[in-house]
Amino acid sequence: MSVRRLAGIFLSLLILSGCSSKLQEAKSTVTIWHWMTDREPAFRELASRYEAKTGVRVNFELYAPSDAYSQKIRSAAQGTNLPDIFGILGEKRDFSSFIKAGLIVDLTPYMEENNSVWKKSFFAKALAVNEFNPGNSYGIKPGIYGVPIDVMSIQLLYNKKLLKQLGFNKPPQNFQEFLSIGKNIKAANMQGMVSGWGEIWMIDCFANDYAFNIMGKDKVIATIKGKVPYTDPDWIKVLTLFKDMQESGVLASGLVTMINKNAEQLFANERAVFAFNGSWCVNVYKEMNPSLDYGVMLPPKVSDKYPASVWGGAGSSFMVNARSKNKEEAVKFLEWLTERDQQAYLSEATNNLPANKESVSKLPEVLASFSEGMEVATHPSVWGVSEFPAVIETLDKGIQSIIIGERTPEQVAADVQKIKERELAKRKYN
Amino acid sequence: MKFKSTLENYVFVLPAVTIFAIFYIIPFFWVFSYALHDWDGILPTMTFVGLGNFKEILVDKIWWQSMTNAGYITLVALTLQNAVAFLLAWACDREIRAKNFYRVLFFIPPVLSEVVVGLVWQWILDGNYGLLNHWLNGMGLHAWVRNWLSDPQTALSAVAIVHCWKGFGWGFLIFLAGLQTIPRELYEAARVDGANAWHTFKNVTIPLMIPVAVLVSILTILGTMQAFVLIIAMTGGGPAYHTDVPVLRILASMRGSSRFGYACAQGITFGVILMAISFIQYRFSKKAKA
Repeated sequence: MSVRRLAGIFLSLLILSGCSSKLQEAKSTVTIWHWMTDREPAFRELASRYEAKTGVRVNFELYAPSDAYSQKIRSAAQGTNLPDIFGILGEKRDFSSFIKAGLIVDLTPYMEENNSVWKKSFFAKALAVNEFNPGNSYGIKPGIYGVPIDVMSIQLLYNKKLLKQLGFNKPPQNFQEFLSIGKNIKAANMQGMVSGWGEIWMIDCFANDYAFNIMGKDKVIATIKGKVPYTDPDWIKVLTLFKDMQESGVLASGLVTMINKNAEQLFANERAVFAFNGSWCVNVYKEMNPSLDYGVMLPPKVSDKYPASVWGGAGSSFMVNARSKNKEEAVKFLEWLTERDQQAYLSEATNNLPANKESVSKLPEVLASFSEGMEVATHPSVWGVSEFPAVIETLDKGIQSIIIGERTPEQVAADVQKIKERELAKRKYN
Repeated sequence: MKFKSTLENYVFVLPAVTIFAIFYIIPFFWVFSYALHDWDGILPTMTFVGLGNFKEILVDKIWWQSMTNAGYITLVALTLQNAVAFLLAWACDREIRAKNFYRVLFFIPPVLSEVVVGLVWQWILDGNYGLLNHWLNGMGLHAWVRNWLSDPQTALSAVAIVHCWKGFGWGFLIFLAGLQTIPRELYEAARVDGANAWHTFKNVTIPLMIPVAVLVSILTILGTMQAFVLIIAMTGGGPAYHTDVPVLRILASMRGSSRFGYACAQGITFGVILMAISFIQYRFSKKAKA
């Protein structure tokens, strides 16, 4: 082949590639990175509907599991090559760092357009997770920085059939009743409550539910602010609950190293009486065992002094990349995605609670029960202050050691307080 | 002329050197730089803390517990795993039937995905529905039945044994290659001189296998100390910190606590410790050989 012919081929390829890129540029493409494996088909369907309607191509790219996704987002943030739309799986502190780094669009002006019609379409609690209030401790300009796609609440689930076999026709009404079921569970050689307590955040969630019930929100927040020590009798009471549950037999064995996927399998296969899980489980259980008959309830109360509380709020949220060229297109797509019809479709296709309050009319029974829990839902992201990660880890790992009988609640409380003081001193020094 | 030739040589190695510099050397120096800072991995600014991160590591009890755990797993791997690997290699080096089949069989565990191995063993060792407990119950050994991975007394040993099962194939392969390099004439000469099997093993095989054993030991130490995928899949580092290892701690600092600087300092400390262990072992083996 002559050099001239080779040059000719190269030139033709160059011209062709130039043409194709121009063709692609004619329509803009919004790229979204997400981690929600179960929602991928529904997202793709919605993307094709949006393209048919507007001509704008939406490219959903799935990066799972969530750990890997989280890492990818961080790396992309360091390399400033985030996609047009992405989610942040972390604490509010991480969220604020992304904002401070100038990587997230303040969506307040869009939300408040046309008499705040977009803002008003959401459940207030779903929006709160993405909101920074005036005077927030993170130093972020007040505003809304994310769009909730769905909402979730984490509650206690019970297998109706197994509970009946144990001699109970209704779920436990208070914590003492809950503990008393443990004896029957032990005697029947069944498994009690399963949950992903090997992944420590779910322990944190359970502990916080009871901290709110035993000492109230203000005292929990005061503890995070360093004004109340973890050695306070109320905190010891919270930690003692785990000891009591272990001793009563209401906790499944192997719970401390159990990942949530395994817990879901055990509950779906009717091998556990209780499960502590989030509303996303409705879809998971439906796929694993469509005939599973279960109910949803708030974790049984220990005290009547303060209301029961569960973790909940926005399940998944999307943020718009402030450095994206397609910022406006990205916001428009999110507006469309959270409209009533699209939210109703997402909810129906994936069995998740919609973030748009106008889309909740047709919910299956179990999902409706989860939706009721939203009334008492709270989340660390809306508390305005964040606990130090080292303190959270020490508390959650400490609870694991209480369950395995290695440490007492008092010892764990002292360990946590020690770390808290260390972190407070470090912050003061810095 | 000489200059042109030298320049030409440099041009040829330039692409490789550039790639090596971009992907290895520059990041290596960056890690050192990050280790001297307090940084969350997202913000464009970072605070210089000097050796503060390293000082914190010195008093980080959880970090040193994770080092002890990794040390325990390494000790089990050095003894149990390598002993099994050597014995199997020695057996396969002899004239036995179907030795090629065994060679393939013993190398299956190392080529399996660590996550898959972890999950399968998690199922086998499960306290409620695990195969091991099922067998123990079947044999009437009810007292032995336990939740192997959630019991603090057995979790680390269980992880260590599974790690050995997963890793012995590498040692087996290297030992076998080493055994095959020993000249057969030496065995024949020993036999002519009246040496029995034990004497031949002790005086011919063992001395000639020392360099191979050193290599296998160093690889075992480096591989085992850095193990974490299997542990994530089996226990996630729990219960409490009982199966936590250094790489999991580095990940926890980076992802859980958003402390990139501290994680980099942990990485450097860990690297230095590994180098020191390898160097000490190399020196000891050299002495033993002499």
